[in-house]
Amino acid sequence: MTSVLYDVPGPKARRISLIGSVLGSIIIAGGVVGAIVILSSQGIFNAARWEVFVNESAKDVWTQLGLGVLATLQAAGVAAVIAFPLGVALCLLRISLISWIRVPTQVVLEFLRGMPVVLMILFVLLVFATSPFVAVVSGLVLYNAAIFAEILRAGIQSLPKGQREAGLAIGLRSFQSRMSIEFPQAIRRMLPSLIAQLVVLLKDTSLGYIVAYEELLRKVKLISDLEPSLLFSAFFVGAAIYILINLSVSRLAIWIERRGSNKAAGGVASAIKTVDLQLDQPGPK
Amino acid sequence: MDAIFESLPQYWDGFLRTLFLAVVSGVIALLLGTLLAAMRVSPVAALRGFSTFYVEVARNTPLTIIFFFSAIVLPRLGVKFEQFEVAAIIALSSYTAAFVAEAVRSGVNSVPVGQAEAARSVGMTFTQVLGFIVLPQALRTVVPPLINIMIALVKNSSVAGAFFVLELFGYGLQLSNSRGDAVMWILIGVAFFYLLITVPLGLLAHFVERKVAIAR
Repeated sequence: MTSVLYDVPGPKARRISLIGSVLGSIIIAGGVVGAIVILSSQGIFNAARWEVFVNESAKDVWTQLGLGVLATLQAAGVAAVIAFPLGVALCLLRISLISWIRVPTQVVLEFLRGMPVVLMILFVLLVFATSPFVAVVSGLVLYNAAIFAEILRAGIQSLPKGQREAGLAIGLRSFQSRMSIEFPQAIRRMLPSLIAQLVVLLKDTSLGYIVAYEELLRKVKLISDLEPSLLFSAFFVGAAIYILINLSVSRLAIWIERRGSNKAAGGVASAIKTVDLQLDQPGPK
Repeated sequence: MDAIFESLPQYWDGFLRTLFLAVVSGVIALLLGTLLAAMRVSPVAALRGFSTFYVEVARNTPLTIIFFFSAIVLPRLGVKFEQFEVAAIIALSSYTAAFVAEAVRSGVNSVPVGQAEAARSVGMTFTQVLGFIVLPQALRTVVPPLINIMIALVKNSSVAGAFFVLELFGYGLQLSNSRGDAVMWILIGVAFFYLLITVPLGLLAHFVERKVAIAR
């Protein structure tokens, strides 16, 4: 494999990299073993700390964690569903041809993007005296709508100019061209970024912990407050659930990206072949 | 509005601590992230695998969870912190390093292979190829995303406020408890100090992006 950093390795380089591989593996394995030794000296692997996930009280523990997952997904789902259309609207205002609409929108977007999400959540919670759920969702909506708007703007700006010109030339209004020609293409192009942002949104729901929204991490804390010896095991299970959910969404983004680029990279011959098939359904772009 | 002016000493203290957290964690994250990126693009499979694992896990774990680990789980495991700033720096730098690694790696990968091949074919040594051809081009594409990562780091440092560190957000929590009558102004003041760091950095990223853009 040629890379920009090194050429196809010869026999000598292959030997060196094999030695490096073995040495590297030994160092990494040493680190892992060291961590396990330290953890077990703290009694982490005592069965007593883990059997609560399988014995008669397991149902309660899993119910609490399940409720936490549900609360996490609920906040993320509601926030995403509201933030996306709001992002589209903000994007429309941001690329408006009228400067007294465009410039204030830009200022608002910069403001929203420059502030920590947790500060917005706290602001909504305290100033409007809402429930933690509403505060978390509002904070996430405000921040992510701004990010969605910027992603979509980048998507629209990456389109060939002719797309808009053609729309205007056949008599569409500016707004019609945006909605029926430019946005669908921008969303398609930016789908991987949009989904990656969903992972960020999902991760940020854990900020709800700070304002006592009963999401997954709060439940982990709750379990460990009731039974301090469970802190590590509950934390481990909670973190594993988070990582699994986020990894699967990330994978989805990568899969969509690959699928998109395969279509884009498809040769002319295959494009001609598939044209007939695609006439009755939306084409790749 | 008075609440803002009365709280200026706290704001200033918190502002300095936020800057301190961001700068120290930023430097550690840059070093660690570059090391991870180097491992990721190296020909040695074991290092590649480790780096990939670390980056994937760290990027998909919420920062709050990492803070929870370093500030609450670690002390229970016997790692006691004199100051919780240390826990915050561990959390922020280990999280940010993953993003730095991704940015640096994609920067290196954005240099077309032909550039290095051409350099090799005119007889340049490995160090010359790296120093004169690959790195200068890679750095240009890497700097703007790195600045954006640093902006995110400044904003992320706010989570430390919820884990016993009195930085800007920590003071925000404290002040809004003690001055229940002026919560709105207190928090607007906190927001202002965050924007004081993030907005100029954002402008800088924008400027650098324009300045160093390569037309390919």
